[in-house]
Amino acid sequence: MTTSQEKTLTVALMDPPYESEASTTALRIIDAALRKGISVNVFAYEGAVNLTMKGQAAHPNPVKGTSAEEQDHPTTARFISGLFGMSGEAAKLDWAVCGLCADERGAGDWIEGPRRGSPGDFYKFTQESVNTLIIGAR
Amino acid sequence: MANYLLVESRDPYQFTDAEAFYQIAADLAKAGNAVTVYLVQNGVLPARRGAKNGQVATLAATPSITVLADDFSLRERAISANNLESGVSASTVDDLVDLLVQPGTKAIWH
Repeated sequence: MTTSQEKTLTVALMDPPYESEASTTALRIIDAALRKGISVNVFAYEGAVNLTMKGQAAHPNPVKGTSAEEQDHPTTARFISGLFGMSGEAAKLDWAVCGLCADERGAGDWIEGPRRGSPGDFYKFTQESVNTLIIGAR
Repeated sequence: MANYLLVESRDPYQFTDAEAFYQIAADLAKAGNAVTVYLVQNGVLPARRGAKNGQVATLAATPSITVLADDFSLRERAISANNLESGVSASTVDDLVDLLVQPGTKAIWH
């Protein structure tokens, strides 16, 4: 095993945003890995292609009468943008979005950072990682 | 012998297949493997002391099985780290990452 393998983790995500707590857990894992100097490869497929959509907007809470600013709801795109802000020489974040899955959903307008990919990228990711965690939907 | 990391995100009250996952952990240990069960999200619910599901306690009592419960998930559910089944330890996502990058570890998410 090479040194880069030892310092790289791959995570496959399938859940769309705001559906499952697994998305939050996955983002916590990626955050912790980057902070430890471990590079992370992400393969986002099926509904997870929507995690990085640029147009995500926080909303107000009409029941409580609070504005979107007061609610300060985090969006997954904002979370992930923050993770890309941590990506650097010490630990790199590579986020491949399944192109066909994105096309099906019209979900190609991403924040800066993710790139279009395919299951072939996922295979390469697994080959260059010490481990792969596949977080499937229900 | 191999190292297995089984991440359980489901609770046995909503998903009966969580019990099958516990059984996999038990069987892997019985076959001579080192097994860590990392409970996260609602997976931490049966780790609460007195919970009506004895399987997590049984796993935790098995010498070759380590049972950890994610502290973030515990706090979200108002479960104190001092109120866990015997043998279950509170853990962190940092610990989970450390386990994931141990060479040769086979990780399964459920």
